[in-house]
Amino acid sequence: MGEVAVHALRGIDLEVRHGEFLVLLGPSGSGKSTLLNIIGGLDRPTTGQVFFKQLDLAAASDRQLTLYRRRSVGFVFQFYNLIPSLTALENVALVTEVVDDPMRPEEALEMVGLLDRKDHFPAQLSGGQQQRVAIARAIAKRPEVLLCDEPTGALDAATGVTVLQTIDRINRQLGTTTMIITHNAAIGAMADRILHMRDGQIAALENNASRKPPEEIQW
Amino acid sequence: MTQGSVLTRKLVRELWATKGQALAIAAVVAAGVAVFVMSTSILQFLRDTRDTYYDRYRFAHVFAQLRRAPRTLEPQIAAIDGVTMVDTRVVADVTIDVPGLEEPAAARLISIPSGRPPRLNAYHLRRGRQPDPAHGDEVLVSEAFYEANRLQLGDSIAAIINGRYQRLRIVGVALSPEYVFQIRPGALLPDDRRFGVMWMPRQHLEAAFNMEGAFNDVALRLQPGSNYEEVLDRLDLLLKRYGCTGAYGREDQISASFLDDEIQQLRGMAIIAPMIFLGVAAFLLNVILSRRVQTQREIIAALKAFGFGNSTIAMHYLATAVWITAVGAVVGTLAGSRLAVGLAQLYSEFYRFPHFEFHPDLRSIAAASLVSLAAAVGGAGRAVWQAVRLMPAEAMRPPTPARYHRSVVEVLGLSWLFPLPLRMILRHLQRRPLNSLFSVLGIAAAVAVLLMGNFSPDAIHYLLNFQFEVAQRHDVQVVFEPLASHAAIHELKSLPGVQYVEGFRSVPVHIRRGHRKHRTAIMGLGRERRLYRLLNAHERPIRLPPEGLVLSDALAKRLRVSAGERVEVEILDGRPGTYILPVVGVAQEYAGMNAYADIDALHRLLQEDAALTGAWLQVDSLANRQLYQHLKHTPRVGSVAIKKATMEQFKATIAENVLTMQAFNVLFAAIIAIGVIYNTARISLDERARELMTLRVIGFSRWETSAMLLGELAVLTCIAIPVGWAVGYSFCYAMVQGFASEQFRIPLVIHPDSYLQSAAVAATAAIVSGWIVHRRLEQIDLVEVLKIRE
Repeated sequence: MGEVAVHALRGIDLEVRHGEFLVLLGPSGSGKSTLLNIIGGLDRPTTGQVFFKQLDLAAASDRQLTLYRRRSVGFVFQFYNLIPSLTALENVALVTEVVDDPMRPEEALEMVGLLDRKDHFPAQLSGGQQQRVAIARAIAKRPEVLLCDEPTGALDAATGVTVLQTIDRINRQLGTTTMIITHNAAIGAMADRILHMRDGQIAALENNASRKPPEEIQW
Repeated sequence: MTQGSVLTRKLVRELWATKGQALAIAAVVAAGVAVFVMSTSILQFLRDTRDTYYDRYRFAHVFAQLRRAPRTLEPQIAAIDGVTMVDTRVVADVTIDVPGLEEPAAARLISIPSGRPPRLNAYHLRRGRQPDPAHGDEVLVSEAFYEANRLQLGDSIAAIINGRYQRLRIVGVALSPEYVFQIRPGALLPDDRRFGVMWMPRQHLEAAFNMEGAFNDVALRLQPGSNYEEVLDRLDLLLKRYGCTGAYGREDQISASFLDDEIQQLRGMAIIAPMIFLGVAAFLLNVILSRRVQTQREIIAALKAFGFGNSTIAMHYLATAVWITAVGAVVGTLAGSRLAVGLAQLYSEFYRFPHFEFHPDLRSIAAASLVSLAAAVGGAGRAVWQAVRLMPAEAMRPPTPARYHRSVVEVLGLSWLFPLPLRMILRHLQRRPLNSLFSVLGIAAAVAVLLMGNFSPDAIHYLLNFQFEVAQRHDVQVVFEPLASHAAIHELKSLPGVQYVEGFRSVPVHIRRGHRKHRTAIMGLGRERRLYRLLNAHERPIRLPPEGLVLSDALAKRLRVSAGERVEVEILDGRPGTYILPVVGVAQEYAGMNAYADIDALHRLLQEDAALTGAWLQVDSLANRQLYQHLKHTPRVGSVAIKKATMEQFKATIAENVLTMQAFNVLFAAIIAIGVIYNTARISLDERARELMTLRVIGFSRWETSAMLLGELAVLTCIAIPVGWAVGYSFCYAMVQGFASEQFRIPLVIHPDSYLQSAAVAATAAIVSGWIVHRRLEQIDLVEVLKIRE
């Protein structure tokens, strides 16, 4: 059996503005994760260009991509991916120790409302709390881009709202450019723009006149 | 398709997918089984061959030397209860001049009945023919001496026989069970070039030493189960007035006791090493199978839900362990048997056994298979039990997330000492304390194996240096025949190159304390003692007071006597009665079991004028050639020993063996260390893949990420090295306690280089394993790992 070329993405042309809040919607296999991975410097497109400021991510070396992720990108994952052997505070400190001009780890935990749990290990926290620690870890370096892959995918609705509130507040207070991937169309209401993806292409780009606060979102 | 065949496919595919780990474990098993099969086969071979040799050539059970007794005594000796055979001989030690050898050598002449081997202590004629009684100059020589000096049949050797210079012609070459180890009397090291055994017809030897109708050496064979001690006492009593130096049994016969010591040492190797290897293998099987059951919870649950029985599932996981072990056991058995054949041949040549017959020891192969199967079952047990106990519904739920706690050092308030990555490592190690402990013990075992391997050469080196450089500083030892006066010292001083001479008196004695008795010699030493010093354990000279005895530490220990107490001394030169002497000191010695006294005190005790047994010479090596020429032709010199030549020969023999042994030790240690470290790292990589990939995603470089994983190996290895040193040291201590023969005690000395070398091998194994795991870490797809729910 020969290799078959699969085009996860085709003909994407997108510009994301500084400080913008963007939600990517689409079914499984629509290419939204691949797009986020390319923007996050985890993957390179086979052809084309991706610019973060002056840096072409499509042509960057592994080293450049590592530095880009370290300095400029904050990641939030569906399954939190905290380091189980580190406490909440230490999970945040792990990142702040290796970047220039980070927040204090306590400050980042304060922003997600978990300073009182700073000495807890991940196994001692609920799912929502773990995800908020993950957000604190992502923002503590003061990233320019915050990328969230199904941040509420593993959470119940009430907890999901708290997590979304946290992301929303970060975006507003710090002006961090934020992109969220989700299956959940309702979440689109809190974004500046909604990107609908299908079969590796942008099916539609929708502008919201106003952003709805997360607590008003129902699903 | 049956249930079994599907599970078999799963088994085969999983084995293939984890072939690196499986191979590493199989190698550990193979090493253990190989050592076991090899050493037990060799042990059996040596015992069988020794016993056959002793039996076929009627090696005696009891020996005694005396001054001279009439052969008419023979019936009385034969009448001792338990004696089945008596053989009397004339035995004499003489100085010889070997063609091509600059130094004088020594030979032991043994009388044989005309034209045939003796009844007891028979020899095996390797080549040539029996000496013709009609020719007084024909001799057989021992093969080791013959080969070491590259002699030919028909060659002549000059000997000083009872003061007369005589040529002896070699007509045959022989082997004897009495001289498997050929060591000259009074010497501690074998030297085949400078000491040989020669057999010649009795009538000529009797004539040369004025021993017609008499003997000075007797050997007995006993009925099985006879009372040894009783026979020795009866024989002593019978021969005492003929100057008997004390009868002794086979266990005190020099050659036999050296051979027994060697066999004893092998026995330790046959037990300890395989236990270490199989223990490590069982631990590794436990670790990988437990991990596999953990990750396959859902599969196990599904299988149970489909109706697979507990026993089927248990057999499935057990089979993994059994297959890995079986492969190791088969390879180990083949390798061990092959090594055993080669080694048996080497041993056979080294000991010059007349017949070579080696069969692989089927019992040891069966035992090895059983023991390794037990290790497999033992190792897999916990994992199999976990699989069996798992309820289908419970297995469908995700396992409880990994719980971590602050590590001990942090609880103690020392966290500021440890940066975050190190804290992660410590907490990870502490989460599975038993696994971490066993990993440490496994690596430590490798370090200990190396340390023990290096210990013997280190100890022998120290022993040789202490005994033959620091304590005994002479170059040449001369023994007079018969005893000489002090004038002999002046004669020796006038020989070319001789710088300094010290005479000594030596007399055979029985020393008794309570019911403990030991046959040895009292050495009478002069005041000066520049060439033969008595030392304490710190290599400092100790005092030899004008009265009383100084005992070697081993003798003092054997007699349970310490300074200030008294012993009873019986002088074995035919005189009646005993003397009570105080013990005034204990000297450190690693070879021999002597007693020492002031030479004047000894003369007084023996009621003699200053008679000397021999002398030690310090020599200018530039004049060696002339000196040796003189010594070869000096009639009064009974034998000459050149210490340096003997030492060098001995060191060369050891050096050869040591290199081979060390190569094996390094190989075995590396197999253990890599087996343990690689498996520990792979399991850790498995468990932490997600965590490590998260680190990569949030901006840590490859090396920073690797460091978190490999740091764990580094910490384990760093803890394991000193533990291994301690374990190795304790094993060496046990070996020293277990091995203490009359000839040698092993000092507990390990050279700092040996510690460094063992640490270096463990560190190298860690680095190699780390490198393999690092490569694997690089191949993991960043994005894929994050998608999977733990």
